[in-house]
Amino acid sequence: MKRFVGFIKKEFYHIFRDRRSLFILFGMPIAQILLFGFAITNEINNVDIAILDHSKDATTEEIINKISASKYFTIKQIIAREAEIETAFKKGKIKAVLNFEKDFSKNLIKDQKGIIQIITDATNPNTANSITNYINSILQNYQQSKNKDIVMEYQIIPQTRMVYNPELKSVFMFVPGVMTIILMLVSAMMTSISITREKELGTMEILLVSPLKPFQVIIGKVVPYIFLSVINATVIVLLSIFIFKTPVQGSLFLLGAESVLFIITSLALGILISTIAETQQAAMMISLMGLMLPVILLSGFIFPISSMPVPLQIISNIIPAKWFIIIIKGIMLKGVGMIYIWKETLILIGMTLFFIGLSVKKYKIRLE
Amino acid sequence: MKTENVIEADQLTKTFGGFTAVNAITFEVKKGEIFGFLGANGAGKTTAMKMLIGISKPSSGTAKVAGFDVYTQTESIKKNIGYMSQKFALYDDLTVKENITFFGGIYGLSRTKIKEKREQLVSELGLENISNKLVGSLPLGWKQKLSFSVSLLHEPKIVFLDEPTGGVDPITRRQFWEMIYKAADQGTTIFVTTHYMDEAEYCDRVSIMVEGKIEALDTPKKLKEQFKADSMSQVFLKLARNIE
Repeated sequence: MKRFVGFIKKEFYHIFRDRRSLFILFGMPIAQILLFGFAITNEINNVDIAILDHSKDATTEEIINKISASKYFTIKQIIAREAEIETAFKKGKIKAVLNFEKDFSKNLIKDQKGIIQIITDATNPNTANSITNYINSILQNYQQSKNKDIVMEYQIIPQTRMVYNPELKSVFMFVPGVMTIILMLVSAMMTSISITREKELGTMEILLVSPLKPFQVIIGKVVPYIFLSVINATVIVLLSIFIFKTPVQGSLFLLGAESVLFIITSLALGILISTIAETQQAAMMISLMGLMLPVILLSGFIFPISSMPVPLQIISNIIPAKWFIIIIKGIMLKGVGMIYIWKETLILIGMTLFFIGLSVKKYKIRLE
Repeated sequence: MKTENVIEADQLTKTFGGFTAVNAITFEVKKGEIFGFLGANGAGKTTAMKMLIGISKPSSGTAKVAGFDVYTQTESIKKNIGYMSQKFALYDDLTVKENITFFGGIYGLSRTKIKEKREQLVSELGLENISNKLVGSLPLGWKQKLSFSVSLLHEPKIVFLDEPTGGVDPITRRQFWEMIYKAADQGTTIFVTTHYMDEAEYCDRVSIMVEGKIEALDTPKKLKEQFKADSMSQVFLKLARNIE
């Protein structure tokens, strides 16, 4: 046990004396969470739009006022002719143009229909979609307020309710994802690098010749990272609660326990990588390409798994991060308990055992 | 007077696939001896040494180190040997003192013992002024000497040195060999690989390995007589020519 304490102390010296690893350990999580929280967002806010009003009557003015009153849109430009639409888009600021047909009010009264053309800049399809939806709903709202005195023969009134994230804040979606990425990065990449570093420097050989058993060496290398990852997870959760007001609906204890489980999964992966990689650089490349990319692309963090092609959906199942994201989204946003996530938890435990088993096997072969 | 053997190898062999790196070597090393393990690069020295220190399993043959079997008792072997590898292998980002403390710790020395050893070692090497400096900032010669002292921290019966003086200037090499003599005087057996033939002269007995086999084994004096040579370098060259 005493040997062990000395070993861990030495490991902390390595970490605290290397600026690069300190930065990855503590700078990255904070930078990432702030970046994802503030900068990268799917929300629509103060989108610049332009108006082309061929009619200029009372109704169009009312609609325009309604749109400019919403916090989603800012009317930046009034366009006079069709030809100017193109230029407005090309300048890049304007994301949408509302084109009211000639004699909008008159047509509305005469034919019971007026036409508004919504033209959006679809270079970013998601934003274009959201803009169209938002404008549509403002228009519908307006129409309903106009028709409220008229009794229609039948009417379908959809009542939508967005649960678990009623304000549709994208940070709610990013927090679990960023936490997953960071735990993966710190645990898997940093441990694989620190183990391969000892191999590269030749100190691993010295450790293996010492009375320390190989598994003691590995555990000694890994324990400090468990500790640091737990701190990181805590920092992320605190940041998201206090800065982004992300709720933690479920039990904090369960959240902590599941995070520790995922940390161990990642560490096991890190150890596995270090048995394959001979150099620190190789370890870093394998971690980045083999772990980070799948986590970002296939875990459901950014792109919903259900809309992926079937082969990718199948592949996504072998990515531990996918299961962890389901678990923490459940705990943080939906407040679920173990009864709802035991399956995902079991899968993670299974994967962890598999990775540990595999690395023990690989490690032995290397020693032959 | 019969002295005990601390290393006994009999027909020790290591193959990697179809390649035989170490081919049925047989030798013994006596207690307190400085045993030179010579050979060109790639002759199989390091592989043979790795089997003796318990980090590589032999393919066939038997060997005992400090009285323990290399197949089944590697844990006991590890407690009784010291090892200094070819690569400089202390931690550059730890200070002199921290390195000593760490390595003392993994060999299970008590805290008071470590402290005592640390002070002794620092004063013997004349490192008082820099004992709190990072090892990475020391010149290579000092690092090597420190590394050797660290491998002796737990007072092992045998210390294995793999090319300990590679890349070091002649004066430091001389000092290094003085340290080796001192350790041998205190009863530590020294097993040293080298390809500096002048260093072979300092050994009590040397073995010369060529392509996985031990082709010659005796005291430097007798080997020179046997090969009618003035120096160990000539012995080595003649031996290599005979085999071709």
